[in-house]
Amino acid sequence: MAMLEIDDLHVAFPRGKHDEIEALRGVSLTLEKGERLGVVGESGAGKSMLAFAILNLVAEPGRVSAGTVRFEGRNLLDLSEREIRGIRGNRISMIFQDPMVTLNPVLTIGTQMIETLRAHRRISRAEAHRLSVEKLKLVAIPSAETRMDAYPHELSGGLRQRVVIAIALLTDPELIIADEPTTALDVTIQAEIMALILALCRDQDVALILITHDLGVVAEVTEKLMIMYAGKCVEAGPTRDIIDAPNHPYTYGLLKALPQNAEPGARLYQIPGSMPPITNLPQGCPYHPRCERATEECRAAMPEIKDHGTACYHPLRAPLDAEEPA
Amino acid sequence: MITWRSLLKRFLADPVALVSGIVLLFLVLMAALAPLLAPQNPYDLMQIDIMDSEIPPVWRSDGDARFLLGTDEQGRGILSTIMYGTGISLIIGIGAVVVQGILGVTLGLIAGYRGGWIDAFLMRLADIQMSLSTLMIAIIVLAIFSATFDANIYADYAIFMLILIIGIAEWPKFARTVRSSVLGEKKKEYVDAARVIGLPARKVMWGHILPNTLTPVLVISTIQVAEAIMTEAALSFLGLGMPVNQPSLGSLIRSGYELIFSGSWWITLYPALVLIALILALNLLGDWLRDVMNPRLRRGDD
Repeated sequence: MAMLEIDDLHVAFPRGKHDEIEALRGVSLTLEKGERLGVVGESGAGKSMLAFAILNLVAEPGRVSAGTVRFEGRNLLDLSEREIRGIRGNRISMIFQDPMVTLNPVLTIGTQMIETLRAHRRISRAEAHRLSVEKLKLVAIPSAETRMDAYPHELSGGLRQRVVIAIALLTDPELIIADEPTTALDVTIQAEIMALILALCRDQDVALILITHDLGVVAEVTEKLMIMYAGKCVEAGPTRDIIDAPNHPYTYGLLKALPQNAEPGARLYQIPGSMPPITNLPQGCPYHPRCERATEECRAAMPEIKDHGTACYHPLRAPLDAEEPA
Repeated sequence: MITWRSLLKRFLADPVALVSGIVLLFLVLMAALAPLLAPQNPYDLMQIDIMDSEIPPVWRSDGDARFLLGTDEQGRGILSTIMYGTGISLIIGIGAVVVQGILGVTLGLIAGYRGGWIDAFLMRLADIQMSLSTLMIAIIVLAIFSATFDANIYADYAIFMLILIIGIAEWPKFARTVRSSVLGEKKKEYVDAARVIGLPARKVMWGHILPNTLTPVLVISTIQVAEAIMTEAALSFLGLGMPVNQPSLGSLIRSGYELIFSGSWWITLYPALVLIALILALNLLGDWLRDVMNPRLRRGDD
């Protein structure tokens, strides 16, 4: 049995008294121990919602309306508040986008680390301090001992994200969910932090769910890939396969839009239009208004995800450098 | 971030804040050291002689060298009563703000963090409390209290009653301030991060959100101390506050007020000046703190 099995997960927000809108519309995925999964999509596709739903922390007034999240055999959505707190930050950690705002500005690094440890382990303050320094060293923070007394604003962005990673690793979790961990950082620091996350996950045999919109990073770091669009998974499979030969027109569009794939001097490709808001999704496949391959069939009903891993009636099954889709 | 060092620098650079601070420090020290410094203990009946009553200040022709600012109708030195009275006023002011703070911060934090019907309920309760004037509540409660118990018991417990009444009546100010800060802080990612770490709501509220809402609490605390001292002075002036034998600044003003027209103006004037100086210093300091702590008004130098 897989370590993490998500089946048909729905997240809904109330609209008015009786109506609901769905931010996640049936997402399924499996993850083995030590496996690294990339989740890619535009802003608002439901990537972060998925991360919070896994920990059953969907912001009010939203709620998980259907589906299961099985972690080591137990459905996290059925656990009591006390039981799920034992999982959060302990077995499953999360790294957020902006280290500027994920660390509490008025508490020292040490306080925040020791508190995390002591929320999950019955250990002394001194022992927690020792373990925290150890993890700070693990993420290559210079003079780790003195950093324990520093406030977040005294550290640079890169250092701060290292601290966040150290906090995520504190309890030796089985799974780390990284929600755009490098978006808020300088380009030069981004590569460093990503390399650090990859190295740590490999060394400690930690599974990773990497949420990003950077397909380049995904290609380097992850083994599996899931493309999300408007709250649904539109394509899933081994990262290499998808990047080499995307099946869904949306994935194809995303890859084609990468500057690396453009001819020098030529105008960069862009997918026409923008993602529809979840409050106003079109009938059928949500991508059809932007899709070059859309037909009547696409406008009528949403395609289900097939064994080739694509929720599309007209998958490409073509390498990227092949001919343009008709 | 504001550090203590930059705060001190700003404080020393601002003449208004500096003068207010010095005045406040002087008054606090004067009150705290009253038993050592005061020429006379106005609570000690052995030291009071009714024959000394209504002596004018020392620089008047019939002044007495023992009483720098003159004496009141019972022969107590005005300087000594002011020194002791300032202390009582400060104790009531600070005590009431501690009560307000504990009540208001707790309820505001719960209302802001929990939201929903708890928030609605607590805030309507605050609205009701705010619609009843503090002075009115205090007058009713103290009137009942003084009518029910005998004067000695009243004298013993008056200070606690004043602290409790002013404290309870003014909690909505803290609660509203804290609640609005919590609503802002609650959306920040560090709160999500704390929840993702697996901390229980109690720890997220008290350990993570509360420290981030303390700046406005500090600011209103200063102003609320001034407000509480004023309320107490007003109540004492109306004869419902501190008894004559344990005078606060307000009861001193009252005790002299009746004698203004008989020519003994000093009994009222000096305690009134001290009260004004105290309130003004607290309010100016509060204003200064508010400006310093407000990021929108902050200059680039810190």
